[in-house]
Amino acid sequence: MLKLNVNGKTHTVDVEPEMPLLWVLRDVLNLPGAKYGCGIAECGSCTVHIDGEPERSCRVKAADAVGKKIVTIEGLSQKGLHRIQKAWIENEVPQCGYCQTGMIMAAAALLAKKPKPTDADIDEAMTNLCRCGTYPRVRKAIHAAAAPLAKVTPPAKKS
Amino acid sequence: MTTRSAAPRSAARRDFLKASAAIGGGLALEFSFPMVANAARGGAATEVNAWVVIHPDDRVVVRIARSEMGQGTMTALAQLVAEELDCDWDKVTTEFASPNEHVRRKRVWGSMSTGGSQGVRSSQDYVRKGGAAAREMLVAAAAAQWKVPAGECTVDRSVIAHAPSKRKLRYGQVASEAAKLAPPDPKTIALRDPKDWRIAGKPLHRLDIPEKVLGKPVFATDVSLPGMLHASIAQSPVFGGKVKSLDASAAERMRGVKKVIRTDDFVAVVADNWWRANRALREVKIEWDTGRNAGASDATIMAMFREGLADPKLPEAKKAGDAAAAMATAAKVVEAEYSSPYLNHATMEPMVCVAWIKPDGFVEVWTSTQNGEASLATAAETAGVPLEKAEVHKMMLGGGFGRRGGPQDFVKQGVLIAKAMPGTPVKMMWSREEDMQHGYYRPASLVRMRAGLDAQGRPVAFEAKIACPSILAVLRPEAIQKGIDFSAVRTLNDMPYDIPNQQVYYAMRNGHVPVGFWRAPGLQNGIYRECFVDELALAAGKDPLEYRLAMLKPGDKNRLVLEAAAKAAGWGAPLPPGVFRGIAMSDGFGSFTAGVAEVSVNARGELKIHRFVVAIDSGHVVNPDTCAAQAESNVAYGIGMLYQANTVKDGRIVESNFHNFPLPTIADMPKVELVLVPSGGFWGGHGEPGILSFGGAVLNAVYAATGKRVRTLPLKPGDLRKA
Repeated sequence: MLKLNVNGKTHTVDVEPEMPLLWVLRDVLNLPGAKYGCGIAECGSCTVHIDGEPERSCRVKAADAVGKKIVTIEGLSQKGLHRIQKAWIENEVPQCGYCQTGMIMAAAALLAKKPKPTDADIDEAMTNLCRCGTYPRVRKAIHAAAAPLAKVTPPAKKS
Repeated sequence: MTTRSAAPRSAARRDFLKASAAIGGGLALEFSFPMVANAARGGAATEVNAWVVIHPDDRVVVRIARSEMGQGTMTALAQLVAEELDCDWDKVTTEFASPNEHVRRKRVWGSMSTGGSQGVRSSQDYVRKGGAAAREMLVAAAAAQWKVPAGECTVDRSVIAHAPSKRKLRYGQVASEAAKLAPPDPKTIALRDPKDWRIAGKPLHRLDIPEKVLGKPVFATDVSLPGMLHASIAQSPVFGGKVKSLDASAAERMRGVKKVIRTDDFVAVVADNWWRANRALREVKIEWDTGRNAGASDATIMAMFREGLADPKLPEAKKAGDAAAAMATAAKVVEAEYSSPYLNHATMEPMVCVAWIKPDGFVEVWTSTQNGEASLATAAETAGVPLEKAEVHKMMLGGGFGRRGGPQDFVKQGVLIAKAMPGTPVKMMWSREEDMQHGYYRPASLVRMRAGLDAQGRPVAFEAKIACPSILAVLRPEAIQKGIDFSAVRTLNDMPYDIPNQQVYYAMRNGHVPVGFWRAPGLQNGIYRECFVDELALAAGKDPLEYRLAMLKPGDKNRLVLEAAAKAAGWGAPLPPGVFRGIAMSDGFGSFTAGVAEVSVNARGELKIHRFVVAIDSGHVVNPDTCAAQAESNVAYGIGMLYQANTVKDGRIVESNFHNFPLPTIADMPKVELVLVPSGGFWGGHGEPGILSFGGAVLNAVYAATGKRVRTLPLKPGDLRKA
């Protein structure tokens, strides 16, 4: 039995310690927001936050996620839409949408670290793959989501 | 549009399912029908006709027959219906028409096939008439209630008004009466002139985006049913191979494993979650009878193509004038060979099918399909039941690009697995490796072109020999005419260029690798042609744009898009140091397109695409923002195409996942500018046209940058390094 903290709730799951977190989320906890795309951490469709870091859950063993705070797209915002989700809707980002939950989780983690990311920051952080080519709108939406915050916070340091 | 019922059957059926799910103790079923959640809520809705369902509070549900795979057709079609219905767009939702009901109602929703950029262009007439007919019936119902002539009534956003008596009724108030009226004769229905559009033609927000952003379970991979099991499958690594023997003893003992299923063509493991199924599958020792294809390789396939080009008795795909004679007297002859590899669609969501054979034999399927009717037929045939005893729930597709239309292999497999597990729903999903190595690939091809130029450099003769597997031979053999598969020869046998003598031959060489419609089938010919035209321009000492324009008749729509793209891109204007332009044009899928690429190549030979300007004339434009998104999408798909290959060794596909079948990332994406130049009078597509000119424009720009003419794809590291 493993205890996993997912979206603020503790779940006890009877799974193999090596079972990837992705499959615990999808098939055991019925949280299908994180997607299977490759199983080798190449595509990022399975991205969730583990202690605030964007992680590819297809390559995280369930046992290694014990004691950590796991957040999935289902728990990204406790109330209404996250500003990244709002920006995604405003900028009409998704096409097929399959990779987008992972893309949104990666973008949310980026903004949490860098409130006003540069294009280079986005290139570096957003390595998720999208077959539909939503990339220009992903970039635009990240900048748009960063903009309101930038008004109330000092300019982000270049790093 | 003549069959009506008091309530929309699919919504009613789903109400029932939702209710039974609630009793069954879970939200499991509810989220399987995301598109209807709103439609079914809050009172009795009325089906006015097959396309339009109206709730008492004026909410409108538009039925969509085509599949949504990210291309935006669901929203565009809803816009067309809503435009003619004259309803309040803010109250519009959609639901997919049920394939089972479609069959029972004599195909009332027309075609469900979603490919070839057809969604809007080939159904616009009947969906608009569906909306207009519903409006006429609603107005007639209000007029009857008021006892006034319908002609005295006006409609504005779901409100019918009779000005002389100052009375008003909402659609929701008259829908049930309207549904009882005879529908108008479609021939008498007048459609709105596109210049008067208020809903269509506008960049409205797509209806499917909010759910996708929230991570709602809209995909077949997300379906969860009470008691559902999971399956992973393995097919012969060599195409066409059969299961010879297997030892599943180790796998059967593994945790969660319920069953190991063997058919002639695949082995599947069914378990209580997908990871366990897939893990156990790796432990099944399968011996394959790989048959005679185990020796096939890229070299044998290329040899097959070369033999094809040398065949003296090839069928003609085009003959105009006397190419051989004109070639013999030409001042200069240019010849070149181009080739490209097999390519997987690589949809982000792998092939998936949830199937459930109920105790009464009814087969129910949830899948990502580009053709709900084809899925229904496959499910029913595989289960051995009549069509009426099968249903397909069309889910949102995690990408399609042609993979999920013609071939319904995944539905057949899903239902075969369900047959082995009667009464239990099973979700079969392919691993990425399975998906990469068992596609219906964009055909590899080898094309030799020759052109004869006169003393002024003008082309007087053109000859092409195309060696390429036939997609139709796999999917629709009856459509092959006189040895010609149009998808293998297009763009070379239907050139708009004014060349008096043309001869095009087709060498159908099929090989053992399954081929299928990949975004813009025949696209490779457009790349070859447009690169070759640049070669001719170079031989003639002419500017590539001027050279093309000189071969296009005044008023040719190809000419208009070429000029539009060149103007928007600033063809001829100075560029930053190290940046070079290329141009290409290619019509297809009902639209005319031309593009200009700006690229640079660094000292290491790495290509960077900075900007792509594409002009498209699709006649009409239903949602300009979705069209822009499709242009961006086509560029991303096009970049992938430059670098990807599925190679063949020992009869099998070598590449297995995204580490060796690369997809571009955000950092690779150029600035994409779509120039819409709709000239009216016809309906063209947008799902594929944006890619048609991309590869040619980029490779022509690469030549401008490096002096290296790329005639073989994919681009390999070092190809563009300066010598």
